[in-house]
Amino acid sequence: MTAASTLVDTDPSPSLDDLFSDIKPALSHRQAVIESARCYYCYDAPCVKACPSDIDIPSFIASIHHEDVNGAAETIYEQNIMGGSCARVCPTEILCEQACVRNKEEECAPVLIGLLQRHATDNAVFPDHPIGRASSTGKKVAVVGAGPAGLSCAHRLAVLGNEVDVFEAQSKAGGLNEYGIAKYKLTNQFAQKEVDFILGVGGITIHYNKALGKEIHLTDLTERYDSVFLGIGLQDTRELGLANESSIGVLNAVDFIKELRQANDIDQLDVPRTSAVVIGAGNTAIDIACQLKRLGTEEVTLVYRRGEADMSATDHEQHIAKEHQVRIKTWARPVEIRADANNHVSAVRFAKTRIDNGKLMDTGEFFEVACEAVYKAVGQSLAYPADETQLPDLGGGKISTMDNFKTTISKVFAGGDCTGVGQDLTVEAVQQGKLAAMAIHNYLTGSEGN
Amino acid sequence: MADLTTVFAGIKSPNPFWLASAPPTDKAYNVERAYEAGWGGVVWKTLGEDPAAVNVSSRYSAHYDGNGNVSGFNNIELITDRSLEVNLREIEAVKKSWPEQALIVSLMVPCEEHAWKTIVREVEKTGADGLELNFGCPHGMPERGMGAAVGQVPEYVEQVARWCKMYSTLPVIVKLTPNITDIRFAARAANAGGADAVSLINTINSITSIDLDQMAARPIVDGKSTHGGYCGPAVKPIALNMVAEIARDPETASLPISGIGGISNWRDAAEFISLGCGNVQVCTAAMIHGFRIVKEMKDGLSHWMDSKGYNTIADFQGAAVPNTTDWKYLNINYKVVAEIDQEKCIGCGRCFISCEDTSHQAIAITAQNNGTNKLEIIEEECVGCNLCEITCPVDDCITMVKRDVEKPYLNWTQDPRNPHREAS
Ligand SMILES: Cc1cc2nc3c(=O)[nH]c(=O)nc-3n(C[C@H](O)[C@H](O)[C@H](O)COP(=O)(O)OP(=O)(O)OC[C@H]3O[C@@H](n4cnc5c(N)ncnc54)[C@H](O)[C@@H]3O)c2cc1C
Ligand SMILES: Cc1cc2nc3c(=O)[nH]c(=O)nc-3n(C[C@H](O)[C@H](O)[C@H](O)COP(=O)(O)O)c2cc1C
Ligand code: SF4
Repeated sequence: MTAASTLVDTDPSPSLDDLFSDIKPALSHRQAVIESARCYYCYDAPCVKACPSDIDIPSFIASIHHEDVNGAAETIYEQNIMGGSCARVCPTEILCEQACVRNKEEECAPVLIGLLQRHATDNAVFPDHPIGRASSTGKKVAVVGAGPAGLSCAHRLAVLGNEVDVFEAQSKAGGLNEYGIAKYKLTNQFAQKEVDFILGVGGITIHYNKALGKEIHLTDLTERYDSVFLGIGLQDTRELGLANESSIGVLNAVDFIKELRQANDIDQLDVPRTSAVVIGAGNTAIDIACQLKRLGTEEVTLVYRRGEADMSATDHEQHIAKEHQVRIKTWARPVEIRADANNHVSAVRFAKTRIDNGKLMDTGEFFEVACEAVYKAVGQSLAYPADETQLPDLGGGKISTMDNFKTTISKVFAGGDCTGVGQDLTVEAVQQGKLAAMAIHNYLTGSEGN
Repeated sequence: MADLTTVFAGIKSPNPFWLASAPPTDKAYNVERAYEAGWGGVVWKTLGEDPAAVNVSSRYSAHYDGNGNVSGFNNIELITDRSLEVNLREIEAVKKSWPEQALIVSLMVPCEEHAWKTIVREVEKTGADGLELNFGCPHGMPERGMGAAVGQVPEYVEQVARWCKMYSTLPVIVKLTPNITDIRFAARAANAGGADAVSLINTINSITSIDLDQMAARPIVDGKSTHGGYCGPAVKPIALNMVAEIARDPETASLPISGIGGISNWRDAAEFISLGCGNVQVCTAAMIHGFRIVKEMKDGLSHWMDSKGYNTIADFQGAAVPNTTDWKYLNINYKVVAEIDQEKCIGCGRCFISCEDTSHQAIAITAQNNGTNKLEIIEEECVGCNLCEITCPVDDCITMVKRDVEKPYLNWTQDPRNPHREAS
């Protein structure tokens, strides 16, 4: 049963919203009551330790069970102001839900923590922003980038009594929540609603279309503000380094997803009708493959140079791909992109691979997959604004941070995907933004203890 | 196959499962459906003098467990709201069509000799198998001097039982109210009055919940409410104790008991019978699930009896009574301690926090590298209270195991630590 094929087969002109219905629909009130009763209210609970953002999970689930959704949502927001989007996008199967003690029972069925978190954040109704602000510190902080890291940092700084100016290169806030996450994970403009909710705390001003390196510069910011936080994410994409990579129809997966996320109508998109090849094995590769299927591409082949067990996409994500009838071809690496006379991609040629003595080798066999389009999903990298004169040091291609999210430039902190800390996940970015805000606040109020 | 037939106070029935006097037994239509489903007997919804009672609208409320299942049920209904004549004619007809099934008629009239005399004679003419005297209804009727208002005064219980025995040849079962401090007084009174059996419990005074918007108890009748009668699984422990009290009392030890209160499955029934009951009556479970539940009750009881080698109900009836004693006769030298099966333990930490905060600090918790915790019993501290076993969510993960302390049986009456011990 794939939502994709039924929708495509039965409805000749479905709207984008129909095609991208919620992949994990919300629980009903009754379902939430029953699911919350399954929580054992563990002491020193493993799920809490597994949540990158330290949410007190047994407590919020108990609040749901006792029909205090506002209390549940408050508990979530205390640690994670983007608890609403995390509930939808977190790979819970490798985070909180993997740690749930109920996996160890014969039923192997963890409490559906993500869906309960969504239930709380969706259904709580607050007259005012649920978290109040401390009295003013008189300090001003600049946050660069309004993605999960920047927004979480700005929110915590505001809560602690600081004034925050956020500078965002795009015309909308939310970062990859707005431009990158698969459309079926964040439906109904959720990213923008969440941004509005966060701003409800007060003390935060977002300046749109202001890119570091273009309209704004670090030297200025460090002069005008008491501190600066960099949460600019990863804006470059890796190349395959193959001939004809620039031919028409060879695209970066993230660029296409961004277009899809911003499109109002399917006609605005250039969707391959019959066939597409996706190269990569992470969640981005799975996301683009599934989204193409929902858009109606008949044959989507995801090719990865190693085996299924080596894919960085979680089992759960791989399962979603299979449900969307994505063809997954392992043990093959692209060696050549073929283009036709009009410089349009026509096929990809692959070399079969195998492991020999722990090393990945070609077997000497080749095959071709004909396709209308190729989507590259082999990773993003930091695009540090070239025109900046003053740059913090990088390490491993990302911004180096020391203890407490400090960069090598005085007053300047960083967090989220643009740093080398943690996994590149929304919840990690939120946590790092929050912790960085606390570090900045301590630094500004002199309670750092130096 | 076990033989489930019973003869209770002289009344034969194909199995020990009767429907208690309540809405399920309100009229011929329900009762015939119940017999078709396999119930061994019914106690007809309590009859009274005409004019028939009038009920309010909004009558029931419930107490729920964490999964939304009904654990307790509350009602403010009165006795039958149909005329005596209609009921009697239906009883007569039903009994004719269902000769094998037990049909008992429940009665409640004012505490006057002629009232009881008249009604028992009317009932006897229907061919019914027995009478049940409803001295239990705790709501509405006591305000009119009936139901629990009678059941709470042993002298009245005895008197009415005697009148019924005097004016009727039918077996008389006295249904007791639990809304008293010591159930034995009422049972002794029934016995003294010549009753053939007692049945218990009727419902317990209750308020299940308050609607915090309307600031009124449920069920709400036009903004107001009144206490009701509580029944269902939540009352089973109270009923079992009262049954045991009567079964253990030398004065009433041989008085047949029909067990009622929260019986929902074969196991509940087996428990009541093992405490001395000759049969059981069910109301709430049928009201929640319908008459069909009797199938699983009969099957389950009979399979369990087969597995234990019990051929008849009498084979295990009262088997738990001798093991129900006073605290002072328990063996002070008996010792159990908790044991955790590490293979089964899922590391939820519930046993730790409950013992640590509220019991004897007898469980050690050690963080593991993978984010879970290891729980271990500190045997020297464990008093064997069972709390950890109760809070553990995994079947048979924590068990209470016997430790041989190599000391003989010693009870409190003999214990040197007891300043009031009896001389040995
Ligand atoms: C396709 C895709 C799917 C994903 N799916 C998931 C998922 O399902 N679950 C999950 O947990 N994670 C997922 N992730 C990862 C997750 O989106 C990121 O880890 C998270 O968004 C990182 O947050 P961030 O704030 O560090 O960066 P970003 O979200 O990238 O935000 C950075 C912000 O900075 C702005 N910016 C960049 N440069 C400048 C500049 N020079 N000046 C001013 N502003 C600038 C950007 O416009 C953006 O708003 C996915 C990532 C991708 C690419
Ligand atoms: C709605 C309702 C009405 C009842 N009416 C009567 C009654 O008329 N006469 C009576 O003796 N008991 C009456 N009872 C009490 C039941 O017969 C029974 O004693 C009690 O419900 C406990 O059994 P249970 O836990 O199986 O429900 C009534 C109970 C309920 C729920
Ligand atoms: S039996 Fe009681 S005292 Fe012993 S470990 Fe368990 S909870 Fe603690």
